[in-house]
This record gives sequence, structure tokens and C-alpha cells, in this order.
Amino acid sequence: MTQVDIPVESPVRPVQHLDKNFINHSKGFLSWALTLDHKRIGLMYLVGISLSFFLGGLFALAIRLELFSPGMQFMDAATYNQVFTLHGAVMVFLFIIPGIPAALGNVVLPLMLGAKDVAFPRLNLCSYYLWLSGAAFFIWTLFSNGLDTGWTFYTPYSTSYTDTSVIQATAGVFMLGFSSIFTGLNFLVTIHKMRPPGMTWHKLPLFLWGMYGTAIMQLLATPVLGITLLLLIMETTLGIGIFDPQKGGDPVLYQHFFWFYSHPAVYIMILPAMAVVSEIIAAFSRKHIFGYRMIAYSSVSIALLSFLVWGHHMFVSSESTLATLIFSAITFTIAIPSAIKVFNWLATLYKGSVQLDTPMLYALGFMWLFTIGGLTGLFLAVLSTDVVLHDTYFVVAHFHYVMVGGTLFAFLGGLHYWWPKMTGKMYSETSGRIAAVTAFIGFNLAFFPQFIMGSRGMPRRYADYTADFELYHRLSTTGTLILGVGLALLAYTLLRSLFGGKKAPANPWGSATIEWECPSPPPHHNFDHPPLATDPYDMERVEWDEEVQGYVPAVGHRPTAH
Amino acid sequence: MTAAASTEHDHAEGHDHGDHHVLPLWLLIGTWLALMGLTIFTVTASTFHLGAFDLPVAMGIATIKATLVMLIFMHLGFDKSFHSLLIYGSFLFVFLFISFVWIDRGQYQVDINEKEQQEIAIDLGQ
Amino acid sequence: MSDAHGHGDKPFLAHHFEDEDHQFDSGKLGIWAFLVTEILFFSGLFCAYVIYRAMHPEVFTFASNALDTQMGAINTGVLIFSSLTAAWAVRNAQLGQKTGLIVNLSITILCAFGFMGIKYLEYSHKFHLGLFPGDKYEAKEGAYGDESKGNANTVAFTSPEEEESAEETEPGVAFSRGDTAEAELAEQEAHGDDGHGHEELAPWNDPNVPEATKRKLKIFFGIYFCMTGLHGIHVLIGILVLGWLLTRAIRGHFTPTYYGPIDFAALYWHLVDLIWIYLFPLLYLIN
Ligand code: HEM
Ligand SMILES: [Cu+2]
Repeated sequence: MTQVDIPVESPVRPVQHLDKNFINHSKGFLSWALTLDHKRIGLMYLVGISLSFFLGGLFALAIRLELFSPGMQFMDAATYNQVFTLHGAVMVFLFIIPGIPAALGNVVLPLMLGAKDVAFPRLNLCSYYLWLSGAAFFIWTLFSNGLDTGWTFYTPYSTSYTDTSVIQATAGVFMLGFSSIFTGLNFLVTIHKMRPPGMTWHKLPLFLWGMYGTAIMQLLATPVLGITLLLLIMETTLGIGIFDPQKGGDPVLYQHFFWFYSHPAVYIMILPAMAVVSEIIAAFSRKHIFGYRMIAYSSVSIALLSFLVWGHHMFVSSESTLATLIFSAITFTIAIPSAIKVFNWLATLYKGSVQLDTPMLYALGFMWLFTIGGLTGLFLAVLSTDVVLHDTYFVVAHFHYVMVGGTLFAFLGGLHYWWPKMTGKMYSETSGRIAAVTAFIGFNLAFFPQFIMGSRGMPRRYADYTADFELYHRLSTTGTLILGVGLALLAYTLLRSLFGGKKAPANPWGSATIEWECPSPPPHHNFDHPPLATDPYDMERVEWDEEVQGYVPAVGHRPTAH
Repeated sequence: MTAAASTEHDHAEGHDHGDHHVLPLWLLIGTWLALMGLTIFTVTASTFHLGAFDLPVAMGIATIKATLVMLIFMHLGFDKSFHSLLIYGSFLFVFLFISFVWIDRGQYQVDINEKEQQEIAIDLGQ
Repeated sequence: MSDAHGHGDKPFLAHHFEDEDHQFDSGKLGIWAFLVTEILFFSGLFCAYVIYRAMHPEVFTFASNALDTQMGAINTGVLIFSSLTAAWAVRNAQLGQKTGLIVNLSITILCAFGFMGIKYLEYSHKFHLGLFPGDKYEAKEGAYGDESKGNANTVAFTSPEEEESAEETEPGVAFSRGDTAEAELAEQEAHGDDGHGHEELAPWNDPNVPEATKRKLKIFFGIYFCMTGLHGIHVLIGILVLGWLLTRAIRGHFTPTYYGPIDFAALYWHLVDLIWIYLFPLLYLIN
């Protein structure tokens, strides 16, 4: 099916709001706790994830304040170990990995397909409760002995030396892992089986391509994390002798197991972010996305290639020379699909009528920061430089540029982009923009100095440092505070919109994907009939309408064939 | 299944043959007999000492059995090819995982052995 | 959940699917995707197995003597038979044969219990002999076959001449010594001598088993218990799922157009069988 005819004119404007929508059509605690509605599950995820982000943020603040000056300020070294571990573990497992897929994806993915729900609504709810149980285990960890192994749980420290609550924490991560697997499984089947008439693979919005790639990695990599952690628990409790060298085991084997999951996991974090950015860039350039197929295929190739590079985390962990050579070489190739995306976004911006709304500011920030993060990844992939840079602040800066500058910024961009759809409210554009710019400045101030101090030898995970590094640490802490102010303003902006915000039109940004065709917020069943899918980036299909203060289908416009 | 409904959902999957394929009884029972025969065979084979061939023979038989189970009991032979792709794809990733780890560990095993012998020597007080 | 079922005449058709085939296809893709995760889940254990076996073949050869091939083989038969009945149950469901479905599901569940029962016997025997996973491992007399079980399964590590010189040999030589002894044994057996009447069978605490091997025997049991244990947990889950479906089958829920759950559970069950098909030779049939 190449040409789809839309009824030539639709003089009646599409419905913009409904009295009964998915948020208010039923009431009471149980109507949420037992809901099978993907949108409600998405919102519950959003709340949980935001709280985790806040918790992780408090730990981050504690780290940075401690490092403001040399010497110990307000904690001892052992506490410091706990704080950075909990910061990393909470941010990675509770926030970033589920962040975009489970919170934004859950709300948006079926809507984008014009479907009534994901393929397995019960599994979806189950995955939410697994997330909650994982979070509960983290809280338990916090209130028992804490955790000081680093988010990576390296053996033999984690199995035989630490007296912190490794078992609770790993059991929590195990559940979070299965939560992530079930989300991925659900999305994979939904994308395969629930596409509306007319939506061939090459008319699939790029967000869905990204989610598809993510689902592949979630299915293939996360189970290995599960078994790794089970073996870790067995090693800790029984001492089976697989990972602990004193018992005949091999700690390097543990690192292989862990990174076989965790390198793909960094792409589980970034691929959804790229997916969000593709949507935002196209919508706010008011232009057809450039290189649709390249962006789509690069998502899948990132997903597959990401399984072949895990050894680059072990270059100096006594990995053999042969293996380091192989892994280093393959690591270079994975930068290619990432770069393909960046170039295609740039080409989309070129000669577009770029609108600098809040989501777009985050997307542009993403492009800038992810590029820096990705390029410094290449420095680390070079064997000779990694020997120097490994376990320094250079690595810390690298992964914060990709995870915070990349994933967090894209998450925030997506949050603003779909906020009107999810909540039915418009936020204040001015304060949204101020928050975005503040966060961008604060972030760079916080993390750019870390590249410099890292390359000068400041090791990571140290509670104290010599006076040489004081300037950089001070800049970094200052930047963190500015970033915090930006995020606080963001939270204020969004929360305020819930109470005082204008009603959102169905399509405030002029996007051409299907989720904008239903009212904001959508009704319980999303669509009465699956809408016809056409080219998701044909921006001419919609035009501005003064009366509804949003975009409506252009009268008489026939979609172009692709 | 009406033809219209099937094309609506399966543009990507292509042909949609034999979703509800009912397997004849003789095929099920024949497969079972073959599996039992192969089990007896592999147990018997293991009592002969084939030296270096022990493992390949055992694994070969196991793989034939696994293939029978997948193709017939699990209907893969009559099912959408995408399902086969999923399963064979997962084997590929398992293979990658294990072989990369093996490559690495094989390289430094010598060092481990050396260290271990030293430790034993110390423990035994030599 | 009021919103789960939207089609009046078809009680098990969820509202977001268009028809029963749509629902079946989605479920089928879902279960295959789930089996993929199961394969990757087990892959970690297989990886650990491959690494330790490749690096220490002598440990596996020796330790595997402690496993009871007969029990393993019987369990293989039990599981394969249950796979047959599971596949048969799918056929029953497809053809709308309610009684057949109930019978086949019941047999499958009984087989699963039988499997677990035999596993229980095996495990308790191992524990009895001190063959625990991990730190509690402390092999007792008879653990590796020895006298108690006849000797078809035992391995002689040394010949008498070597035994005398064993004390003086450096530990580093122990490896190769073990290997040649094994080759010798293979030779003896090839000549029709299955070991009866030999005095130098490796007992559980044979001083001539190389120290390096002895120290690693417990790793074998760590891996053995993890692999079979995780597999056993899957069997238990299978019992729960199949039991639930049995009650639904008795209530007459399944029809030739709605039998997805039976099909999906059978697929899961076949995977459990499939994993055992590899575990059996890898753990029990090592020479
Ligand atoms: C262009 C692609 C990338 C390349 C070439 C790359 C390369 C590397 C290398 C070689 C290391 C190891 C450094 C060391 O420990 O010495 C590393 C660490 C890391 N990278 Fe990347 N990376 C890339 C993208 C990403 C992305 C997209 C993320 C996450 C969203 C990410 C997250 C991390 C993390 C978390 C670590 C540190 C893990 C730890 O030790 O705790 N990287 N990267
Ligand atoms: Cu990596």
C-alpha cells in the first residue's frame, strides 16, 4: 500500500478534549493499582522513576558537596563509598534503564500505533510491580547495611569482603532486570503485531524503531544479568567457587558476565533517547526527517553490535592481549551508527524552520552533549590511552556526558514533548526554556572539568584528593548546584501546569505521528477505529489552527507517497 | 482465519502458513521413539571410551535430539520463519558470549595454573 | 478486570485484539521471545560450564563419577515422555478433544513430579555423601563411586608403580600424570577389562589425585547444583502452569479456536526438556 487517501476534506475539526479521559474515567486507588491501561501504567512508572531520580540526585549532591574541598568534610571514606555506590545503582537500575521505555514508552507506544493497548497488558502491570519490588529491595538495602561495592558488584569484594547488603541489592536488581525484560518483550510483540493498516516497517515512526532495537537488547542481554546476579548470590551465600579466586573461581569471568549485559545496557539507555530525539528534531524542524532509513537501520545495528564490545571495560582488568585487541577494534565500529544518527539529525535541521520550544532545546542539548560523550568514548576505546584514563574522572565525565547529557536530556525533552498528551495541560514555555538552558549550562560546568582533572590523573571513586585538583572540583560542584536549580525549576514548571496550565490541544507541536490524532489526554480506549497510517514525517499533513491553538489535519492535503 | 484479517496483521511476517497445523499422531509418537532411541544410544556410547570423540559424539546426539524437539514438538518446522529466526538468533548470541569468554580465558589460563601450583606448593609445605 | 474482555461471544478474547487469530499470533510471538530470554538466562551457566570444563577437563571427568548415570537416564526418559504428552495435549486441544487434553496434561504433570522425585533422591544421596555446593563440600567415603557402587564408574589415577613415587613428585607434574593414568585406564578398559578386581581405584580421598584437581572438585558441584537446580525450578514453575491449565481444561475453556495457553505452555515445557537434553550428557556422561 503506497498511497493512502485521506477523506478530501474534513470540515469538522477533530475533537481536542474529552470530558471522560483515561485519567478521570474511573476513580479510586484500586482503579490505578489494578489498571491494565498502558497509559496509567506509564504514569505510575513516571512517578516512581521521578522519585528514584530525586533520590539518586540527593546522593549526587552529597558526593559533590563532600568533594568541594580536599580533606573530609562531613562523611568518612566508608560512607563515601556507600554514597557513590547507591548513587550509581539507583540512577542506573531504577531510573535510566526503565526511564524512557517504561514511563514515556508505555504511554506513547500504543498511541503511536493507533492501538488500544500493548499486546500483553497484564504482563505490563506485572512488570510495573516487579519494578516496585526492585525499588523496595533497594530501600531495604538502604535501611539495612547499605551497599559499597560500586554499581558493578565486582567480585571478590562483593562476595567475600564487604559487610554491606549485597544480597538484598542484587535481588532487587534481579527483579528490575525482569521488569525490563517484560517491557521489552511487550513492546517487541506490540510493534510486530499491533501496527495499524498502512503502517509498514518503513512507515514506522523512528521512536518505534528505537524501541524495537531496545527490545532486542533487553531480551538478549538482560537475562545474562539475571543469571550473573544469581550466581553472585550463590557465591556469596554458598561459596560455589565460580567468581571468587580464593575458592578457585575467576573474578575476570565475573566481569565478562557483567559487561556482557552492561555494555548492551548502556545502549538500552541511549537508544530510547536517540529515538525520542529523532521525533523531536523532526517535529520542531517542521521538515521531513532526513535519512529515515539510515536512522532506522542504525538503531537495529547498534542493538546487534552492542553485544560485541563488552571487553572494552576490562582492558586493564588482566584481560588477555588477544581479547583486548579484538574488543578495541570492534568498539570503534560501534561509533559509526551513532554518528550516522547525529549527521542525519543535523541534515534535518538544515534549512528547516527550526522552532526553539523547550523539547527542542533539550534535543539540541542532547546532540551536543552526546557527541562529546561519544567521541570521548573513542579515546577510551584506544588501548594505550585507556591504560592511563581508566578509573579516572575522564571515564566519569565520559559516561555522564552520555547518560546525563544524553539520556537524561532526551528523557526531559520527551517529557516536555508528550506532557500535553499525557496530562492534557500546557506548561509555561518561558520557564520551561529557562530551566532547559540552566540545566545545560550547569551540566557542562559540572562535568567538563572532570575531563581535565581525569586526564591529569584524578582517580574515580576517591573520597579525597590533593590540592592540585581543588579548582576543578569546585567548578564541578558549582555546576552541579546550577544543574540542580535548573531541574528544580523544571519540576516546578511541570507540576504547576497540572493545576494552572492551559488545556492542551490534540496536536500542539504540529507532529505528524498518530498519537497526536487522539484528544489530549486520550480516552480510555485511545481510538475507536485504528487510524490510517501514512508517512509519519509528512509535516504538511497538519496546519496551524488559531481557534484550537494547535495543529489540525490540513484540509484537502493528500499525503505524499514514500 | 479470514484472509483480510491475516493480511492486516502480517504485512511484515509475510507468509502465514500452517499456524494451526495439527500434527499427525504417528509423527508425534515416531519422534518420541527416535528421541528414546537416541537417549539409549548416547548412554551406550558413553560406556565406550572414544577418547577425544566422547564429547563431540555426545553433543552431536544431543543436538539431533534438540533439533527433533524443536522442529516437531515445538512446531518450528511448520511455523512462521520469524520464530525460527528468533531461536537461532539467540543461539548465535549464546555462541558469541561463550566463545569470546573462552578466547580470553584460554589466554590467561597458563598464568592461573602457575599461580595455583605455587599456592599448592606452599600449602603442602614444600 | 472489566476492560480485559470486550467481545461478548468470545469470553477469552481481549478487547485490544481484533480476533482470536490476532490474539493467538501475538501470544505465540510473545512466548517465543520469552524462550529466547530463557535460553540467554541459561547461557550464563553453560558459559561457566564450558570455561571450567575446557580449562580443567580432569576435574569434570573425575567428579562426574559421583553422578548416577542410571538415574539421569531415567529422568531423561521421563522428561522426553512428558514432552510427548505435552505435544499430544496441543493436538487434543486443536481438535477439541477435551478428555484427551485432560489425560495428556495430567500425564505431563505426573511426569514432572516424577522427575522432581528422582531429583530429590539424587540430591539427598549427594548431600549424604557430603557433596554440597560451595563451602560445605566435604566428600565422604563412597562419594565418587568407590566401593559402594561397584566400580564401573570409577577412574584410576595411578598405577601401583607410580603410587610409590607419588610423594616425591612435584605437584606441577601431577597434571600430566593424571592424564597418562587416565589413558592407561582407557586402554585397560578397551581390552575388555572394566576395572573389576583392581585395587587402585581412586577412592574419595585418594592421595594420588592431583591436589589441583581435588581443590576444584567442589566447583563441579557448584556448577552441577546451579544448573540442575535452576532447571528444577523451571520444572516446578511448569507444574504450576500446567496445573492451572488443567483446571481450565476441566472447566472446558479451550476450543479449537482458543487453545493458545496450552500451546504456549507446551512450548515452555519443551524448552525445559531441551535444556535437560544438553544437561544430561554434559553432566552425567563424562568419561
Ligand atoms: C560512541 C560510543 C561509545 C564508546 C566508544 C564508549 C566507550 C567506552 C569505554 C572504552 C569505556 C571504558 C572506559 C574505562 O573504564 O576505562 C566506557 C565506559 C563507560 N561508558 Fe561508554 N562508550 C560509548 C557510549 C556510551 C553510552 C551511549 C553510554 C551510556 C548511555 C556509555 C556509558 C558508559 C559507562 C557507564 C561507562 C563506565 C562504566 C563503569 O566502569 O562504571 N558509553 N565507554
Ligand atoms: Cu561499554
